[in-house]
Amino acid sequence: MDQFILQILNGLDKGSAYALIALGLTLIFGTLGVVNFAHGALFMLGAFVAVTVSNLLTLSHKVIDETRTDFLGNPLQVDVPYLYDLFGQATGDTIIDWAVPISIVVAIPIMVCIGFIMERGLIKHFYKRPHADQILVTFGLAIVIQEIVKYFYGANPIPTPAPEAFIGSFDFGVILGFDPNQIIYPYWRLVYFFFSVIIIGAVFAFLQFTTFGMVVRAGMADRETVGILGIDIDKRFTIMFGIAAAVAGLAGVMYAPINSPNYHMGMDFLVLSFVVVVVGGMGSLPGAVAAGFLLGILESFASMSQVIDILPGINQIIIYLVAIIILLTRPRGLMGRKGVMEE
Amino acid sequence: MLGLEKKDFRLLLIVIGLTMFAPFILNPFPEGAEMAQFNAGYPDLMQRFVIFGIFAIGFNILFGLTGYLSFGHAAFLGAGSYGAVWMFKLLSMNVLPAIAISVIIAGLFSLLIGFISLRRSGIYFSILTLAFAQMSFALAYSVLTPITGGETGLQLALDDPRIFGASQTATGNIPVPSLFGLEMRSSFEWEVGAWLFTFNAGYYLAAAFMIFAFYMSIRIFRSPFGMMLRAIKSNQTRMSYTGLNARPYTLAAFVISGMYAGLAGGLMASMDPLAGAERMQWTASGEVVLMTILGGAGTLIGPVLGAGMIKYFENIFSKINETILHSWFAFLPDGLENFVVAMIYPFIGKGWHLTLGIVFMLVVIFLPGGLVQGGQKIAALFRRNKPEDAKPNATEPAE
Amino acid sequence: MSKSNFSRRGVLKTGMVASAGLALPQYLSAQESGYTNAPGDSEVILGFNVPQTGPYADEGADELRAYELAVEHLNGGGDGGMLPTFSSQELDGTGILGREVKYVTGDTQTKSDAARASARSMIEKDGAIMITGGSSSGVAVAVQALCQEAGIIFMAGLTHSNDTTGKDRRANGFRHFFNSYMSGAALAPVLEAAYGNSRKAYHLTADYNWGYTTEEAVRTSTEAMGWETVNTVLTPLTQTDFSSYIAPVLNSGADVLVLNHYGGNMVNSLTNAVQFGLRDAQANGQNFEIVVPLYSRLMAKGAGANVKGIFGSTNWHWSLQDAGSQAFVRSFGTKYGFPPSQAAHTCYVQTLLYADAVTRAGSFNPCAVDEALEDFEFDGLGNGPTLYRGEDHQCFKDVLVVKGKENPDNEFDLLEIVEVTPAAQVTYPADHPQFAGGALGSCNPGA
Repeated sequence: MDQFILQILNGLDKGSAYALIALGLTLIFGTLGVVNFAHGALFMLGAFVAVTVSNLLTLSHKVIDETRTDFLGNPLQVDVPYLYDLFGQATGDTIIDWAVPISIVVAIPIMVCIGFIMERGLIKHFYKRPHADQILVTFGLAIVIQEIVKYFYGANPIPTPAPEAFIGSFDFGVILGFDPNQIIYPYWRLVYFFFSVIIIGAVFAFLQFTTFGMVVRAGMADRETVGILGIDIDKRFTIMFGIAAAVAGLAGVMYAPINSPNYHMGMDFLVLSFVVVVVGGMGSLPGAVAAGFLLGILESFASMSQVIDILPGINQIIIYLVAIIILLTRPRGLMGRKGVMEE
Repeated sequence: MLGLEKKDFRLLLIVIGLTMFAPFILNPFPEGAEMAQFNAGYPDLMQRFVIFGIFAIGFNILFGLTGYLSFGHAAFLGAGSYGAVWMFKLLSMNVLPAIAISVIIAGLFSLLIGFISLRRSGIYFSILTLAFAQMSFALAYSVLTPITGGETGLQLALDDPRIFGASQTATGNIPVPSLFGLEMRSSFEWEVGAWLFTFNAGYYLAAAFMIFAFYMSIRIFRSPFGMMLRAIKSNQTRMSYTGLNARPYTLAAFVISGMYAGLAGGLMASMDPLAGAERMQWTASGEVVLMTILGGAGTLIGPVLGAGMIKYFENIFSKINETILHSWFAFLPDGLENFVVAMIYPFIGKGWHLTLGIVFMLVVIFLPGGLVQGGQKIAALFRRNKPEDAKPNATEPAE
Repeated sequence: MSKSNFSRRGVLKTGMVASAGLALPQYLSAQESGYTNAPGDSEVILGFNVPQTGPYADEGADELRAYELAVEHLNGGGDGGMLPTFSSQELDGTGILGREVKYVTGDTQTKSDAARASARSMIEKDGAIMITGGSSSGVAVAVQALCQEAGIIFMAGLTHSNDTTGKDRRANGFRHFFNSYMSGAALAPVLEAAYGNSRKAYHLTADYNWGYTTEEAVRTSTEAMGWETVNTVLTPLTQTDFSSYIAPVLNSGADVLVLNHYGGNMVNSLTNAVQFGLRDAQANGQNFEIVVPLYSRLMAKGAGANVKGIFGSTNWHWSLQDAGSQAFVRSFGTKYGFPPSQAAHTCYVQTLLYADAVTRAGSFNPCAVDEALEDFEFDGLGNGPTLYRGEDHQCFKDVLVVKGKENPDNEFDLLEIVEVTPAAQVTYPADHPQFAGGALGSCNPGA
């Protein structure tokens, strides 16, 4: 039983990352009709915003400490962050410690800008081109983005810890009447889950309850008519692209403490998130979210050792297997509309 | 000639000429010269050119004609290689049975996957093929290690129970793949002045297969079957309204292209008897997509050019390291030299992926017809003054 | 057209004089030298085949730095590095056998196919006489097999799987790096001393060859001292989030978690394990512990503070105090500004060992090099007295057991050496069950 609950928690946690990425992908697809293979790269860029912010916060000058030596036996040059000079050591440390939450604030404008630039500079020219061309050009873009990141940050993962306050884990079991230590879950992962629920809720509320959202939804359903009504739908769609990029970026920022970011984490998530989108149904926002959580939970159960013992290798292929089965039995995914992406 | 129109026959002759004289064409610089590192006329790379050419030609039969974008073709190449290596291990070191089995295995495998995946179209088809390929890769890498060799790849050993032929050579080494005794890696070298040209047995075998594959692809493009496939690409709905069922045709195209991939896999194993699981990874499938698009999807010669270009990047471009760059720009003043090297370095050597990504994006954006279209545009510039009748040729999709 | 196999530049160099104008086609059935890529009189070319793209690119870059340093020292440049401390004093800074050392580089991409393609191009196009490098066992095994076929010496870089000198050993391949068995044998006594002999271990193992051999080695040696193995779970190589594998560990009855992971896998699984509070947890009335059999400083950096207090083994570490290590760290650190990694060390040493073997043999012929390296005993290269065993071409030397440092002095000071396990303790017979099923075959000079 405790195992079961643990894996559901894991699934929800994994699923929240999948759902956030898939949500962004679907926003872009649903509004602009563009299949964006560079979406994983946006997720990765978000994580590297966190890395960059923490690098900037720890920007330091060298002070020679005569009492210690470096690896060559010379006097050690100690890095003293400028923040220490500005705020004193204690406050400086606290600020550095909170680098990831700070990055969230920084990431939103940056990612929206990147989204605008991508849409205006590249994607715009591909609305009328076949989906295959869209896939290919964004695939090329993903390669370029990831190579640029690698050039500046190297190939090894870069540790980006969560604030001290969120390190450690929460004992769920005690609340539910289990013994201590039976069901414990890291704070930061819980934060990630709630964060993604908030973001998903915000995106839905935005589309549902604002005039802007209403127009965008109308545009998704019938772009031409909305255009005829004299509404500049293109501009709104550009904004939606920015929002989708920001969602992917925020997912990345928050993910940085869970796994140290590296340049190919986008590609790792890309295939998966496409599977999620397709399982959910191309163009369906609730479908993308539901499929994200569903696949997360399934993946967690498949990696239980009791399951692997019966079906060796199932943990390697479960996601793809589910995708194949869903696509064959429910051709448009769980909640897809008819005629989307089938030409 | 050979059932081909004059224009196609000329193209075939050009391809034959290019492949036969590749050892000369690819080695334009004398040995020892500064530019010699741009020479590509050594056996391994020449073999890769034609083998990936076959792979891309096959992929183009599916993607170029029907428009179905498969992201899982590498799985067939991988399956073919495994089949071939197992033939070397169990039957004989002769390459013909190995190549035959690899084509058969890839054909069966693609029949199975195609049968399932082609129930869907558009991006759903792409995701299905991607899912199958990723499953094959994941399993080959881990659970199937006894059959596939896992991470290390499937390779020959000194104690293989070979039915025809010895397990070891007289000197206690593993025998090498051969065609009735003609070793695939044996080469004949010809020195002309400062130039050195290498004629490799394996290359010519692979080249012969590629010419055959190319010829078959022309025939398919020009056949009623090819017309049917193109009809599927342009409007499948209309086709079904006329009472035609598209699926048998797409499935046939899928299996044919799968067999091409298997042939490529078998040849790869014949040139170098090792089959690695990463041959099946989705990025490997992505590579053949890149090749086809880069060269020009739907054109006959494009995929071969694309394959050549990517392999040239991978093998020649990636070798240029910082030291070499510095030696090139040594004539500049020091500060300027460092600046120039620093500007260029991110794009070559280990940065070749970046250059590839940029080139690929440029091609997709500006030359949807690939390099072939680029060539035609340039040709059209020169032909501008000619009479009107030259025009249709230039605007027609390149083939 | 029988046997000219892999050969190019060497031939050209010898035959260049005669060929003016149009020479007649000739079959190169055998080279005068009798081996592949015999170097000319003025220079010799080595092939450095390292991952320059992909997840191990940073380790590859460090290996390349070490190679460049080794070439510099062989050619008499720099401060000579470990040449003065090396017990064999044959190398005098005039290249190898009087020939200036040149090199070509290639990108393995950490894929066996790409690595072989790159190695073949070095052999066929550039005329390399020796190939070295790599940062994974799959690649090492694949390139080693290729070099055997081609008649070229392969000096393995970082490769830790038992198979490299076990099941997949080859006569033309040599490994200086240690292996899974040695990790297990070195770790077990230290773990026993630190954690007692009644522990219950839970293994998470990367689902590929290296993971299998490491798990087997660590399991065998810990079980031998009385530990119990509660469970072993295979994790996909492509896994990035290990939470669903880590979460059940604490309730499994185990009190030690062994992470048979390397590279990105290791960074992520260790980070996840610490997130789940395993390092601070209690189980069976004892502190819960985590063990990482193969440590790498570059990877430890990726895991950040999570490595603190966690045991593992490593081939070499820059903080070693012997003369050889210090000379190397000084030389490398002065040139590049940071200490070398263990990958850099093994690559540097392999290059020196090759050069020395050629010099002692007086020939570049792979069979002569084979003979010179087999059962060669040396010292002064950072690992104490070392034996290159002839039966399987594996080096036997001290193994370091290290622990993530609690209070690092500087950004490179991530691991502290807990114990230097003497070579005798990690030595095994060549036909040990973990290494069974392979045969060296005989040396192949190619051509």
